Amino acid sequence: MSEPYPGTALGIAAAVRSGARRAVEVVEEHLATIAARDGEIHAFNLVTADQARDAALALDRRVAAGEDPGPLTGVPVALKDNLATEGVATTCSSRILEGWRPPYDATVVRRLVDAGAVIVGKTNLDEFAMGSSTENSAFGPTRNPHDTSRVPGGSSGGSAAAVAAGFAPLGVGSDTGGSIRQPAALCGVVGMKPTYGAVSRYGLVAFASSLDQIGPLARTVSDAAALYEVIAGHDPMDATSIPEPVPPVSAGLGEGVAGLRVGLVTELCEAEGIEPDVVARVRQAAEALEHAGAKVDEASVPAAVYGLSAYYLIAPAEASSNLARYDGVRFGLRVDAPTTGEMYDRTRTEGFGAEVKRRIMLGTYALSAGYYDAFYGKAQRVRTLILRDFAAAYEDFDVLLSPTSPSTAFPLGAKTADPLTMYLNDVCTIPSNLAGHPAISVPYGTGDDGLPVGVHVMAPALGEAIMFRVAAALEAAAP
Amino acid sequence: MAQITRDDVAHVASLARLTLTDAELDMFTEQLAKVLDHARDVEALDVADVPPTAHPYPLQNVLRPDEERPCLERDAVLDAAPVVEDGRFRVPPVLGEAP
Repeated sequence: MSEPYPGTALGIAAAVRSGARRAVEVVEEHLATIAARDGEIHAFNLVTADQARDAALALDRRVAAGEDPGPLTGVPVALKDNLATEGVATTCSSRILEGWRPPYDATVVRRLVDAGAVIVGKTNLDEFAMGSSTENSAFGPTRNPHDTSRVPGGSSGGSAAAVAAGFAPLGVGSDTGGSIRQPAALCGVVGMKPTYGAVSRYGLVAFASSLDQIGPLARTVSDAAALYEVIAGHDPMDATSIPEPVPPVSAGLGEGVAGLRVGLVTELCEAEGIEPDVVARVRQAAEALEHAGAKVDEASVPAAVYGLSAYYLIAPAEASSNLARYDGVRFGLRVDAPTTGEMYDRTRTEGFGAEVKRRIMLGTYALSAGYYDAFYGKAQRVRTLILRDFAAAYEDFDVLLSPTSPSTAFPLGAKTADPLTMYLNDVCTIPSNLAGHPAISVPYGTGDDGLPVGVHVMAPALGEAIMFRVAAALEAAAP
Repeated sequence: MAQITRDDVAHVASLARLTLTDAELDMFTEQLAKVLDHARDVEALDVADVPPTAHPYPLQNVLRPDEERPCLERDAVLDAAPVVEDGRFRVPPVLGEAP
């Protein structure tokens, strides 16, 4: 591993912890970058400049007093705006949460602050994390820093763009069907979805509870690993949190891939809509791993091709239930009406955007009498098939490779007219969510259009350590 | 499986407490039909003997120690509500007539 340089999270933390740099300088530099360019990018819904300055000052005082505030001391972090922050607006980029200031912090927010990180703002997303382009935000789209006529991906497009634009070295996102990894690929940064249950979701606004995970975005694999280690681990406030300690990942990053068995998933390289230049990069990445000593072969996960259909029944079904809580009674928007029933209707009709309504209705339909067995029930059985096929593949392979996204960043508006076209963006990332497995996207060169391509590394449950090692090898080999 | 109809969409919208215009009904019917059409690959699978997976990581009966601990302050929670009265959430009349 190379030494961290000052622009990375690890470089900043090392410098601030040793007293070589002050956290306030680091924060001012990043706030200046945000002020100069976020008007164009719109990565942030809210920049918490004053709180960030205060937090940095307090950290500098602690360092001066001989304390070590933690592994992310002085590191600016951009938080997806579906993570609860006490007293700070949390919108999910939806009108329905207008005016809501949560009375508590999400566990990941607490852990970040306790590790010395400095929250610089809340980032834009597709409303309630439903989308693959960040165009479904009630506050307008985020633009890709590599080409502002293109989308950053989604739904964590704000966090991915913030990291790519240098607004913060670290971003936090959530991933239900690819919402960390796909924007990471399109913005040319690293994005990782942990094993289901590895990171507490307490304070993450729920979308599809059997799929949602929080994870890191960063410019380097080692920064992503460091952020993952800070936020991972059991939390009694989340009943789905894995009660055992999660394996560390940073220590083994430099161990290389010699002897590892790497499988290139045929079905995902040939899935609908995958662009040839993207697959070519993934094959090149596989060759690079082979060159580094890994054994690379074609792998088969036959049921993966059903993942997209199963996901777009399961996720909307869970969403229709989770989003029933937005009723104008306890928080957020209320549109008044003569009766409570009409108040519910008006609040939800005015508060939700079109994509959220689409998914609520799709999910309500998939769960409704007469259709439950044909749709939701069947999708859950397909989920078992995907788990079985992954288990079989992992008997022969340590990790699996595929493209992260079928294409590089596409122009704004290109896929908004037809929801199904947009959904196809998630074809390679969804199987890992359905299985609850970890997966990471690592930048690997560019497509024919000169825009970033991401290579997707998948691993079995709690296989993060080997997955990160492969990611580090890809990063080192990337063109 | 029959195609989703405009009436089906109107029905699920009312179940989900959403009011749709005629134009929205047309648009959503067409879009949902397309997504459900894609899902026919799953519908066509014979998986009768495959058990369903509801949750990827099998945890059962997650309990915490039965000990008192602080919860959120009532006032902090009520501060987030659109309308409160006497320490409670206030809503419009439920049965039509104001009390």
